[in-house]
Amino acid sequence: MRLEPIAAPTPARRMLPPVLALVATAALGALLALAAGAEPLAVLGLIVKGAVGSKFALLETLNRATPLIFTGLAVAVAFRARLWNIGAEAQLYAGALVTVLLGTGALPWPSAVLIPVIALAAMVAGALMLLGPAVLKLRFGVDEVVTTLLLNFVMLLVVSMLLEGALKDPMGMGWPKSAALAKEARLPRIVTGLRLHWGFALAILAAVAVWIIDRKTVAGFEMRAVGAGEAAARFAGIGVPGVVIRTAALSGGLAALAGFSEVAGLKGNLTLDLSPGYGYTGIVVAMLAALNPLGVVLAALFVAAIFVGADSMSRAAEVPTYIADMLLAFALLAMVLALMLTRYRVRRA
Amino acid sequence: MTPALRLTGVTKRFGTLVANDAISLSVAAGEVVALLGENGAGKTTLMNILFGHYTADGGTIEVGGQALPPGQPRAALAAGVGMVHQHFTLAENLSVLDNLMLGTRGLWRLRSGRAAARARIEALARDFGLAVDPMARVADLSVGERQRVEILKALYRDARVLILDEPTAVLTPQEAEALFSTLRKAVAKGLAVIFISHKLHEVMAIAHRVVVLRHGRAVGEVAIGGTSPAQLAAMMVGAEVAAPAIAPAREGGVALRLAGVSTAGFRPDLRGVDLDLVAGRITGLAGVSGNGQGALASLIGGLTSPVAGRIEIGGAPVQGWSPRRAVGQGIARIPEDRHHTGTIGDFSLTENAVLETLRDPRFSRAGWIDWAAARTHTSRLIAAYDIRCPGPDARIRLLSGGNMQKLILGRVLEEAPKVILANQPVRGLDIGAVTFVQERLLEARARGAAVLLISEDLEEVTALSDVIHVMSEGRLSPGFARGTIGTADLGLWMAGQGFDHAA
Amino acid sequence: MSDLWGILISVSLWVAMVRIASPLIFATLGELLCERAGVLNLGIEGIMVAGAFSGWYAAYAGFGLWPAVAVAFATGMAFGALHSVLTVLFGLSQHVVGIGITLFATASSYYAYRLALPEVTSPPKIEAFATWPVPGLSQIPVLGPAFFDQTPLTYLAYGVAIVLSLVLARTPLGLAIRAVGENPASVEAQGLSVAGLRMGAVIAGSGLMAVGGSFLTLSAFNSFFFEMVNGRGWICIALVVFGAWKPGKAVAGAFLFAAFDAAQIRLQQTGLGAAVPYQVFLMLPYLLSILALIVMSRRAAVPAALMVPFRKGER
Repeated sequence: MRLEPIAAPTPARRMLPPVLALVATAALGALLALAAGAEPLAVLGLIVKGAVGSKFALLETLNRATPLIFTGLAVAVAFRARLWNIGAEAQLYAGALVTVLLGTGALPWPSAVLIPVIALAAMVAGALMLLGPAVLKLRFGVDEVVTTLLLNFVMLLVVSMLLEGALKDPMGMGWPKSAALAKEARLPRIVTGLRLHWGFALAILAAVAVWIIDRKTVAGFEMRAVGAGEAAARFAGIGVPGVVIRTAALSGGLAALAGFSEVAGLKGNLTLDLSPGYGYTGIVVAMLAALNPLGVVLAALFVAAIFVGADSMSRAAEVPTYIADMLLAFALLAMVLALMLTRYRVRRA
Repeated sequence: MTPALRLTGVTKRFGTLVANDAISLSVAAGEVVALLGENGAGKTTLMNILFGHYTADGGTIEVGGQALPPGQPRAALAAGVGMVHQHFTLAENLSVLDNLMLGTRGLWRLRSGRAAARARIEALARDFGLAVDPMARVADLSVGERQRVEILKALYRDARVLILDEPTAVLTPQEAEALFSTLRKAVAKGLAVIFISHKLHEVMAIAHRVVVLRHGRAVGEVAIGGTSPAQLAAMMVGAEVAAPAIAPAREGGVALRLAGVSTAGFRPDLRGVDLDLVAGRITGLAGVSGNGQGALASLIGGLTSPVAGRIEIGGAPVQGWSPRRAVGQGIARIPEDRHHTGTIGDFSLTENAVLETLRDPRFSRAGWIDWAAARTHTSRLIAAYDIRCPGPDARIRLLSGGNMQKLILGRVLEEAPKVILANQPVRGLDIGAVTFVQERLLEARARGAAVLLISEDLEEVTALSDVIHVMSEGRLSPGFARGTIGTADLGLWMAGQGFDHAA
Repeated sequence: MSDLWGILISVSLWVAMVRIASPLIFATLGELLCERAGVLNLGIEGIMVAGAFSGWYAAYAGFGLWPAVAVAFATGMAFGALHSVLTVLFGLSQHVVGIGITLFATASSYYAYRLALPEVTSPPKIEAFATWPVPGLSQIPVLGPAFFDQTPLTYLAYGVAIVLSLVLARTPLGLAIRAVGENPASVEAQGLSVAGLRMGAVIAGSGLMAVGGSFLTLSAFNSFFFEMVNGRGWICIALVVFGAWKPGKAVAGAFLFAAFDAAQIRLQQTGLGAAVPYQVFLMLPYLLSILALIVMSRRAAVPAALMVPFRKGER
């Protein structure tokens, strides 16, 4: 078989494959539900109800989407420049660590100063976390996929070490968790009484900012150019190493904001289970969004809804909650294929 | 007698484009048939169908009277069709022997039988005059040697029909002569040869019969005894070719000077090259590709800095040499590979048009892009350079090679450059685009730009250049003024002779 | 220092080294096979999880140990088939698809585990492979107990290493696999199927990765835990680079790596171990892998067409 580029894809050609990918994902979900001895439509209903069926569920979904928007943006920014950052998980924890280091009383400042300082410091930490692999890629040609993946494991061990050592909460009754954040360091709730914090607004803001950088600035143009045609970008005088470094800094910083917002907005302290794989799920989010920064918001909401809905559903039905991970991983693969098929036609040789 | 190969009514469409339109042709054993045509006439597509890389939409292929199943390279090989591709298909990190043996024994056999294979290869090499060391790594071989490996590959598989796609593009005239002698031995042993070319004198020298392709159709077939280069040329392009009219040069001062420059990291590197590019003059650079043209183009284009010697622009040595600096100093760069280095396929025409100049105040302020200005600029280029496209927002990948090249031309020529680096500017373009590009270069010359034209097409270089240099293994010959050197002498320089005396 | 010396001369260190190396050998050779054919398989981590689960579950369901290994192999081949359809036939990004396969294979295994055993809190145990001393060879001092008093799966790993290096170096099939990783056009021009060779290599290689995963549940331990693969797949990718894409060197790298791992476990029990947080020791394998990548980066042995999709008729 041969793939033939399509000169001017029709609207149908642009819409159909992604829709089919989602239909296939839903079909897999139905099969999995059947395998668990449940009624597919009932399971689907429970997932939808659990995700958006009540005010509580909806807020839970928005809260769950918040870190995913950040990690999704981090991945989208990096992948657009062909920097394969699979280390958003580690960068998230780097941001969380800095939040705890600075937010538990080290800086006696009011919120209006303290919170922006912590957020920036977290971004710097996340950026540094990805600069290592970026420099190794530029300097030695070491594949950043493997280094960022390995650093995820290293970072978790660092966090574990600190939570059992320097950062251990003396009041924690032996649990490996950090002390609670000072009140001034906590992100307030958007509406009093509702469990939704300003981290969500920050995430939306970040998405818009990334979109503007992407479309309106020379720096964003250069990142896209390096990703879409490195040789041509280099030839045109774009400093490729500099662009890779800038991309790494932006991507790592965005991922770190996920850790910042989870600690400062939601949890109030750091534990080893802060992230149930938000860094990896960010890849799913970014690919479902076709690497579009605004699409990341929608994709993150969708993914969060599936997770929250599946959690709630599995309490009611005998279907393991891992159905969500499975469906999303499948959706990732199906969507990558579908997006290619919007631009290429499959023909016999 | 049954012909060794017969194609009947072969048709192939890509979308709306008819690449091959009911082409029929046959070759007998012991005969060389030339397939002559412009770039884009459908020669390579036809051969890819014959070899099974593509499946035809219609028509049949017979080898030795047996129909060939479509779309199966394996069947073509088994039937005795051997193909020497324009771009070699060798695994560079493997030995010659490995490359030759690849796929010749059942995959699930336990032994590879290297000793016997080696003996056979050495015998074939002797018989056909194709000296090459079977144990050498392909990466260490010269281009000419690699081509011999490609031919041996076909002979090793007992090819009865040998197809060569533009085989001389990478050879010096002398190497080409050696190739012809091998081909004559091959036809003497009863092989049928298809020789694909767009070079008339080669076709006249080696072929018995010529089939001319134009726009995907076989438009004529003549025996070599009954034709002339002029007639072939007319058949090929469909009309008399008008060579571009060239006014006498009005030369100015030296716009760019290379003084004893050497490079590092290329194969081969430049070795102490001196070169003056003079305003109002086209300086032609002839030579077999891969002899240092890449290093020279990188150097002038700002992608490489010299490790010895210096670059002077307008008499002053350059500092901090980079692509951006080169553009800033008024160097227009037309890259060799317009798909890979010249443009970004998934970017729009507008984005490609401002790729080099985006930081210019015309298109951005303090890091913010003025897309409206960029689009206006691109629309102007589209009109001025007759770029056929859906509009400035279309992805450039959708454009033909000629239109892509016109955008690149517009991108650099609109900046009123002092120096123009044109690296293979017309390769792969159809005749209309070729004329367009050459006329633009001549216009720039008339305006007083210094043009460096790098081309492996001797006819193009001799037609356009006021002064010709030859490159061989990273060395540069003295300059020869228009009309002071013939093809044979150029060939000797291309093969590396003359440099020792000159040095 | 005497602690360290004591560890180095203890036979148990070397026994542990071979045990730790065994799953890595399977998976590293599997990845090497994929990469020699030109395909980076980042599905390795998830495929190892799937192999660990499916092998264990087959044994738990009473199929017997060797059939369980076969089940793991088949599971790996299935995920390899999915990977190769997407990356080879459709030419999709090997990075994205690989990560997707890892997520999918891991989630599938966890889902299937929860379906099979909804209620258990502590994972059920199986009767794992027992050690089987090779008569004669296991009597050699130090080397004997280390290399030849292991479970049969370890001997299978030796066998796979020997067969794979012979096939790659000596047979027509091996030549074709090497060529397709160097320049697929050379393979196509000689009438072989690029897609067939690459898909075959990815499918077989993925099978080996899954067998490596099943070593964990059928030989090293006797039950299946979540997170039990714990980055071993990524380490194997580093080992392929460290071994310069050569089976012998990659296996040597696996042993070297395993020796460090075995030593760090023992160092934790010593005075030094008490002074340093145990997490530092656990980090060593990952840091060592990164170091190996940096050290080996200068060698240009990487298959020329690695990660380059091949599209027919395009040059």
